[in-house]
Amino acid sequence: MSAAAAFFYLFAGIAIASAFMVITSRNPVASVLFLILTFVNAAGLFVLMGAEFLAMILVVVYVGAVAVLFLFVVMMLDVDFAQLRQGFQQYLPIGALIGAIFLIELLLVVGSWTIDPGMMQAPLGPLANVEGVTNTQMLGRVLYTDYVFYFQLAGLILLVAMIGAIVLTLRDRPGVKRQNISVQNARTQEMAVETRKVPSRQGVEV
Amino acid sequence: MTAIQAVLPSLSPVMPELILAIGVLGLILYGAFRGERSAESVNVGALILLILAFFVVVSQSGAKVTTLNGSFIVDNFSKVMKALILLGSAATILLSRDYFQRERIDRFEFPILIVLCTIGMMVMASANDLIALYLGLELQSLAAYVIAAFHRDNLKSTEAGLKYFVLGALSSGMLLYGSSLVYGFTGTVSFPGIVSALNDNAGIGIVLGIVFVAAGVAFKMSAVPFHMWTPDVYEGSPTPVTAFFASAPKMAAVAMTVRVFIGAFPDVTAIWQQIIVFVAIASMTLGSFAAIGQRSIKRLMAYSSIGNVGYALIGLAAASEEGIRGVVIYMIIYLAMTLGAFAVLLSLRRGGQMFETVDDLSGLSRTHPVLAFCLAAMMFSLAGIPPLAGFFGKFYVFAAAIKADLVGLAVIGVVTSVVGAFYYLRLVKVMYFDEPQAPYETMTPGLRIVLGLSSAVVVLFFLVPSPLVSAAGAAAKSLF
Repeated sequence: MSAAAAFFYLFAGIAIASAFMVITSRNPVASVLFLILTFVNAAGLFVLMGAEFLAMILVVVYVGAVAVLFLFVVMMLDVDFAQLRQGFQQYLPIGALIGAIFLIELLLVVGSWTIDPGMMQAPLGPLANVEGVTNTQMLGRVLYTDYVFYFQLAGLILLVAMIGAIVLTLRDRPGVKRQNISVQNARTQEMAVETRKVPSRQGVEV
Repeated sequence: MTAIQAVLPSLSPVMPELILAIGVLGLILYGAFRGERSAESVNVGALILLILAFFVVVSQSGAKVTTLNGSFIVDNFSKVMKALILLGSAATILLSRDYFQRERIDRFEFPILIVLCTIGMMVMASANDLIALYLGLELQSLAAYVIAAFHRDNLKSTEAGLKYFVLGALSSGMLLYGSSLVYGFTGTVSFPGIVSALNDNAGIGIVLGIVFVAAGVAFKMSAVPFHMWTPDVYEGSPTPVTAFFASAPKMAAVAMTVRVFIGAFPDVTAIWQQIIVFVAIASMTLGSFAAIGQRSIKRLMAYSSIGNVGYALIGLAAASEEGIRGVVIYMIIYLAMTLGAFAVLLSLRRGGQMFETVDDLSGLSRTHPVLAFCLAAMMFSLAGIPPLAGFFGKFYVFAAAIKADLVGLAVIGVVTSVVGAFYYLRLVKVMYFDEPQAPYETMTPGLRIVLGLSSAVVVLFFLVPSPLVSAAGAAAKSLF
């Protein structure tokens, strides 16, 4: 068994095992952590296939952003997952039935699957043939040349999403005390400290 | 490692979009630094940008040019539709200023979102492949969802925004699914590539793809059976936003539909023609019958816009040069009628309160004769009564349908426009024969400009139809 095959079975085995743990684990925090483990192993599988860009994106986006967001939600909201799963037994028959139907359909589709040999040449033309260039470099090259229009438009869409979120939710609340760093730094001892004589048995008004 | 030559694509065809995009980034920065006080100047800046882009679009040559790796096409069709889109957006900014100030929601983001939405719409009109089409559509829709909910403390407005967002996301999904099927079965996303890959023979996969794409675009045009969101969103949104939805995005959606079906599937007309015929009949019928019971003018205009999309689609169903010319003329005239009607609706204000039901128009001819005359002209025109512009819009699409042997479709169109005439003319009856109410406040200059220009187009179109008709003819010619 070659090293690549060994790593494949390692990554694939851990990915399946941890994916199983995601849905069976009683503790939601452990579920999310197993989800992260699944992502990392899937990223390993991508590296084995030579798709290192996809692997890094998977780690950065799914582990770095999505899974951490899940973790925040799980920790901040008091969701009782045991209670959510209560209907499991009750809905098991109908769920199993739907699952079985999908499985049969899937088998039927895959069973009659033929790929037109002409089909494979058309979409895979220009990108696959460059020697000695990693796919990250290749993506970078086409992203900022051939597809610069899509890239910029996608940027504008994200800008609209940001403006929209601010317009619809940001409110100016009066009476909120905010930190003003320049004022803090400009404070001198004279402004902050006042020395007064305290007459005996009378005190002073502050 | 081979040296990759950096070749800058030709940017002159995208000049109007570039002007808007760079200008709007400047306006965002200005607005963010100046804060809420900048609303007035950002409004003016956005208006100047839109007018500048309009003149750049009009001054472009009509020759067919593609750029940006073939994903962006400029021809006479995109020129005319972009000019209409820009006019609709500019009119919205003129209509909105006073309304938002009085409702105390005049924030500088509104004109910025309108301009961003306009960029999306212009990309939709110029898209030459499915990805550019989808990105343009999404840019337009996302901005539209936000401005529908712009009056965020108003329950109806937020409901409108949420409803529009959920249903719009669903329709985007359908469009994407259809696009993925088309891509899967042709191996390309570019419209010319799809034409050559299809080569007259379309399998079941392509048919499914076309059906899903048609469902997606029908939603964006608010054509039956994907119209359910329209009355609620039109009613709930702030009135200037409703005016916007009924004008500019409608132009873009129709332009996009024509682009997809004529640009990408010209040789498989038989497949999509039946879809368009069905959608046209259903939209015209529902638009005219469902509007009869409406008391709110905004809901009435929503059903009217559904019906009008049906009439415009008759021209597309003909799938001929005359048909597309009819579509373009119809959209030009529809834009003028809609903006005029909303300018009148926005001027029904008394003591800081807006009035928007049909009964609030009663006796308008005696308190505001000019306003009543203009609205009557719009309504007669929407009903399709000669010599007003609306008649010619319908005339050209019906004539194209009859030439393409779609006589039944044309007959149904005529019958439903007779039914539609009932509720348009009821508004005229209320204005001229019912008891007058206390007069409304005087119109603002912005409303006057929009109402004056659109009334001029509607009333005087029959005297000098040739400039608009020849522009529409050139637009249609560039697609075939």
